[in-house]
Amino acid sequence: MSMNRETILNIVLAALLIAVPVIAQIMGEPFIITLATKVAILGMAGVGLNIALGYGGLVSFGHAAFFGIGGYAAGILASHALNYEPIMTAPFEINGTTQMIVIWIVALIASALVALLIGAITLRTSGVYFIMITLAFAQMIYYFAISWPAYGGEDGLSIYVRNSFPGLNTLDPISFFALCAAMLGVAIAFSAVLIRSRFGLALHGARQNSQRMMAIGIAPFRVRLVAFVISAMITAWAGALYADLNRFVSPSMLSWHMSGEIMVFVILGGVGRLFGPVAGAALYIILEHLLGGMFEYWQLPLGILLLVVVLFARGGLIGLLAGERKHA
Amino acid sequence: MPEAILSLSNVTKQFGALLASDNVSLDLMPGEIHALIGPNGAGKSTLIKQIAGEIKSDSGDIRFAGRDIGDLDAVERSRMGLARTFQVSSLMPEFSVLQNVVLAQQSVSGKIFRFFKPVLSDASLLEPAMAQLERVGLADRAQMRAADISHGERRQLEMAVALALKPRAFLLDEPMAGMGPEGSKRLTGFLDGLRAEAPILLVEHDMDAVFALADRISVLVYGRVIATGTVDDIRGNEDVKRAYLGEEA
Repeated sequence: MSMNRETILNIVLAALLIAVPVIAQIMGEPFIITLATKVAILGMAGVGLNIALGYGGLVSFGHAAFFGIGGYAAGILASHALNYEPIMTAPFEINGTTQMIVIWIVALIASALVALLIGAITLRTSGVYFIMITLAFAQMIYYFAISWPAYGGEDGLSIYVRNSFPGLNTLDPISFFALCAAMLGVAIAFSAVLIRSRFGLALHGARQNSQRMMAIGIAPFRVRLVAFVISAMITAWAGALYADLNRFVSPSMLSWHMSGEIMVFVILGGVGRLFGPVAGAALYIILEHLLGGMFEYWQLPLGILLLVVVLFARGGLIGLLAGERKHA
Repeated sequence: MPEAILSLSNVTKQFGALLASDNVSLDLMPGEIHALIGPNGAGKSTLIKQIAGEIKSDSGDIRFAGRDIGDLDAVERSRMGLARTFQVSSLMPEFSVLQNVVLAQQSVSGKIFRFFKPVLSDASLLEPAMAQLERVGLADRAQMRAADISHGERRQLEMAVALALKPRAFLLDEPMAGMGPEGSKRLTGFLDGLRAEAPILLVEHDMDAVFALADRISVLVYGRVIATGTVDDIRGNEDVKRAYLGEEA
């Protein structure tokens, strides 16, 4: 495989994402490590959404639902474990856990089931209706979380001690960053493989021309549903990490603001570009901290930037730096 | 007499006050090219859509390969071996020419939900896809984006995609549309040989092609089949002359 400009750009981005926290570690700046960890996790949430939005053309405005499900999987399991309260006792006892691997598996399964249900309904619509119905489902889950007092309701749920991962001190910022960056790498590698697979070709096809898909005997609905579920699972996985980063999960992870933010990462970075969501999340967080430090209404210039990207740079940051996307 | 591979009986479709298909009965025999002609707005494309399963008929039966397919959708009918081309090319514009055919090849293989193996180094898909491109004379365009090839080449690609499906019958909706005389002649020669592979229901405005190719012709006027017969029957039919050929010839 020859190295095109986008590949080189991706390598540079990955190197930067690793180098910045390493330098921060040497300089004794843990806050910057935390920011880089946030970029890795939110970028990963965007990598998930990008599968639906970028490759499948499915503009989900409800991915906060999956992000939050991942977060609550971490919060709920950890709170039961830390309080020594079993989740259920009959017919058999299920206990909480502070093991991230178990939490991730629960997050992946729970989000897959919810995405299967939401997708089976929403994917019968398209365009604006799809956007609105995914939003509506996410809001339903949001209000459910607010009104469910067992897990903190509106106040959310604290994770007193960050969950653990074998052989790693997750409380050490740079170690936790390394873990999140590795998981981001897994998510990116998986989506790179996915889009080049048979399924990826079908997904690209379903985005371009449903009529043609049906004429050659492939039901676009099934392809989209599977993509939606995979997309949700990756975003939920990121959500579990995000809860552990903040050691806190609240309904705000499920809110439509969050859905919008994840979508902004993808659009800013470049829709359907492998590293787009990471570039977008990095830019967003850098802006948030540079502009946010200067004045209160930092989202105003962000809004203008987003407008410029949508109007003039459809390929986002990656498109601007690496040029047009090669065909499919 | 052999059994028809595709047969329509009393197929009807009404859009509001417009009777697009009016009790249409016709069949497609193994090995034949059955041309469907008629003036613009006669309901030819509507009928193709009804056969392909894109539009549900109001009444009537459509049997394909010995089975009533009235309740099957377009995907299921395609999987049964009914391959259609579109009057206006309907391709994957962002895909390369080759990828367009590979996707069809993948559908035939029945293995869509494979998530890891790279599709574009899969010889079991690439080789047959290339072979179809060679058949339609598009091999040298394999790596070009479908959006960037010429109109005539897109018509050829439509054919390659249909061929890749290895169908039991072809539904070709004006395959010559917009092709130059040279291209039409080449395609006519190609379709002539294709009938041995699978019978063709051919909607076409190019009368030279129709008269050269058709074993039988059905004439559709205002949604009704006013005549079915051999080329000579149709040429000599007074109703057809009045309703259709008279206007153009």
